[in-house]
Amino acid sequence: MSASLPYAVHETAGHDNASMTTVGFWIYLMSDCLIFAVLFATFGVLVHSTAGGPDGKGLFELPFVLGETMLLLVSSFTFGAGMLSAQAGRKKQLLAWLAVTFVLGLAFIAMELHEFSTLIHEGAGPSKSAFLSSFFTLVGTHGLHVTCGLAWLIVMAHQVVRFGLDGIALRRLACLSLFWHFLDLIWICVFTFVYLREFL
Amino acid sequence: MKAPLPHSGMEHAESHAHGNLKSYVVGFVLSLVLTIASFGTVMTDLVPHASRLATIVILCVVQLFVQLVYFLHMGTAKSQRQNTAIFACTSLLIVIVVAGSLWVMHNANVNMMPMSMSIQSALKHP
Repeated sequence: MSASLPYAVHETAGHDNASMTTVGFWIYLMSDCLIFAVLFATFGVLVHSTAGGPDGKGLFELPFVLGETMLLLVSSFTFGAGMLSAQAGRKKQLLAWLAVTFVLGLAFIAMELHEFSTLIHEGAGPSKSAFLSSFFTLVGTHGLHVTCGLAWLIVMAHQVVRFGLDGIALRRLACLSLFWHFLDLIWICVFTFVYLREFL
Repeated sequence: MKAPLPHSGMEHAESHAHGNLKSYVVGFVLSLVLTIASFGTVMTDLVPHASRLATIVILCVVQLFVQLVYFLHMGTAKSQRQNTAIFACTSLLIVIVVAGSLWVMHNANVNMMPMSMSIQSALKHP
């Protein structure tokens, strides 16, 4: 693969290495989707099993959740803007967008950790009831994914600084882009079915 | 996504697969509106309680598709057909897993749990 012409040399209709990598990564994302589907199903089954402990309505604060949602949504957009800079070959712009995305993701994780510690402090930890166990597992798994995404962002930024925007970097950025947008998709389901559903 | 790519100069599969600024802005604005609508449904009194669940589920599904199309560039373009097909299969599995679990466990709860049993009485008679 030529470094100066990362994609332009591949005129074969979508079956070059790069697109096969993306398809492979997509299959990984879909298997991740199944993990979340199982966790959502578990949560749905256990949501009323509060074992005499607090239910979601007394624990969750919607304005706080709206804040988390906005952080993740804006970070999804800034990553998209970064991808456009990457395709245009504007390295500095890409790095700036990656940094903005990282800060937004970090703020999201900070808010989530704050929420978790508040809940545990109020005596609503994961061992309190089946409802809270499944809540912490589901939301925690998503948070863990976002944390992995943050680590990947740092690694990616380092690679771009060190090796430049070659075809390999663009391919990996495309995978990270899918991953980051995918986490926002999962979060849409989380805020709808975990948080909003409690306040109907 | 069916939208033609304006003045990109290359009708190339890769440009389809990565989108353009317009698709990101449109996706972002739509997501923003749908998110605010979801929270508004629950946090204000504009929607009657009976239809709130249906409203937030519909808004959720619409936003999922908005982001799949505008952010993840899923669609019927040649380079994306494979991904779309894999996604459709996964969706089927997800529906079976989630709906099946809820259905089976609901039936188990209704038919097998003695309604009078509390935690205290369950602990007394193991």
